[in-house]
Amino acid sequence: MPSTPAVPASDVDVAAPTAMGGAGGRIALRERGTSFAALVIPPLLVFLVVIGAWILVSQVILAESKRFLLPPPWAVVNVAFLDGHNRAELFTSLWLTTKAAMVGLFLSIVIGMGTAIAMSQAKWVERSLYPYAVVLQTIPVLALVPLVGFTLGYNFSSRVFVVVLIALFPVITNTLFGLLSVDQGHHDLFSLHKGGRITRLVKLQLPAAMPAIFTGLRIAAGASVIGAVVGDFFFQQGTPGIGTLMNTYASELESERLYAAVILSSSLGIAVFLAVTWLERRVVGRWHTATRGTR
Amino acid sequence: MTQTITASPSTQAPPGLTFDAVAMRFPDGTQAVEEASFSVAPGEFVSIVGPSGCGKSTLLKITAGLIDATGGHVGIGPGNLGYVFQDATLLPWRTVRGNVELLGELEGMPKAQRRKAAQEAIDLVGLGGFESKYPKSLSGGMKMRASLARALTLQPSTFLFDEPFGALDEITRERLNDELLALFEREGFAGLFITHSIAEAVFLSTRVLVMSARPGRIVGDFEVPFAYPRKPELRFEPAFAELSGRVSECLRGAFA
Repeated sequence: MPSTPAVPASDVDVAAPTAMGGAGGRIALRERGTSFAALVIPPLLVFLVVIGAWILVSQVILAESKRFLLPPPWAVVNVAFLDGHNRAELFTSLWLTTKAAMVGLFLSIVIGMGTAIAMSQAKWVERSLYPYAVVLQTIPVLALVPLVGFTLGYNFSSRVFVVVLIALFPVITNTLFGLLSVDQGHHDLFSLHKGGRITRLVKLQLPAAMPAIFTGLRIAAGASVIGAVVGDFFFQQGTPGIGTLMNTYASELESERLYAAVILSSSLGIAVFLAVTWLERRVVGRWHTATRGTR
Repeated sequence: MTQTITASPSTQAPPGLTFDAVAMRFPDGTQAVEEASFSVAPGEFVSIVGPSGCGKSTLLKITAGLIDATGGHVGIGPGNLGYVFQDATLLPWRTVRGNVELLGELEGMPKAQRRKAAQEAIDLVGLGGFESKYPKSLSGGMKMRASLARALTLQPSTFLFDEPFGALDEITRERLNDELLALFEREGFAGLFITHSIAEAVFLSTRVLVMSARPGRIVGDFEVPFAYPRKPELRFEPAFAELSGRVSECLRGAFA
């Protein structure tokens, strides 16, 4: 095939020169046009309002005798973060919880994606396993956690096990949904050109499922932190996690440190969430427009 | 190059397409196509017009081997089969170049060769300069061009088109029609084109077949006498209008 155009190269669609200004393009422009200030100022304002309300409740509304219920922010900072001993205790246990959450999340991703891929390849696998995946999600994990303690002991691996119990389901369902919702036209295209099972999985289903997989990962990421904290709550023996500390501080009415522990564990959740979002942007951002972007 | 798709393996099929009493009845009892017999030789461009749901697309899917006919036989001559879908069916995670290279990749074409074939096809459809764009930033017409380029990389000797321009606006559609004609004149493939636009069918084809509503039967067969190359102005000539009128009349009869 000679490469001289059958039509002049300039003879592209009327829409061609403005293609970048199409629906996708406008959004990209708006994203690029969003300044750093516009990204940072609104949440910062909300943050200030929340801190203000906190101070208001703590200093004005609560009576002196009830102030332990909500100590002011500076008291939390002073007691929990500026005191070396307390800070070390908090961060050591936060690190343990982080490790449990991360190892559990990693295992959930590997097991969950593996299970979903197997389900997508054979209907009988899906039929056999899916009910149990649902069971996994519907039985109260809180009820299972003490059982996990009895059977697996109170070590690190049983904390990881609790994380997997909580984080596995969203990975399985979202991956499976993504793998199965490939466009029929794309399947036909691969059928026409001898696309085998593996080719189809690697070149079609997995890439097509990526946005759904990341939705699952974002849910699982948040759940993994919750799972690790829940595990801590129940496994009081052994090295304390951040959840263990919450329990202890609550029973000792150490409200400054309790608030600090809550703030730290939710910061962990936010950090994990942001990491997944960053990864998502790296992997599918170039080609996938999230629906919320098309308002 | 060896044959890639066979609806029914027959080594001695004549070039182009031969439909011999092809029938399709779906498992639910719907008779989609009834006894379709015709042929498309290389250098012929045959369009099938018919009302929605008359089994036109079914006929193409049978030809491509995507579904099996319940009766009759489709003979496919030697060479590759090109298929252009109703939608552009581009993979959104691949750039234009990545999409155009896909078929070569699936068919095991060596990397250098498929890169070259892709570049030629991209230039041919006028998408040069857009190689590294993702489909989301292309217009509908440009997506269709990329889809066309993708099919061209295998240098098909037989080309199936399943209402490829149905979703485009009139201006883009006419422009793509002109370009498809130019391609057809250059490559001389056997073309089978499904559409519900009479003007499009008459403008492109050497022959127009009219299909009735379900069960789909071929109820009209029109030779299109206009010589190639055809100019866009052909659409406004009296002879063109007269022929379109006769096809339209036949189509109206097909509804009755």
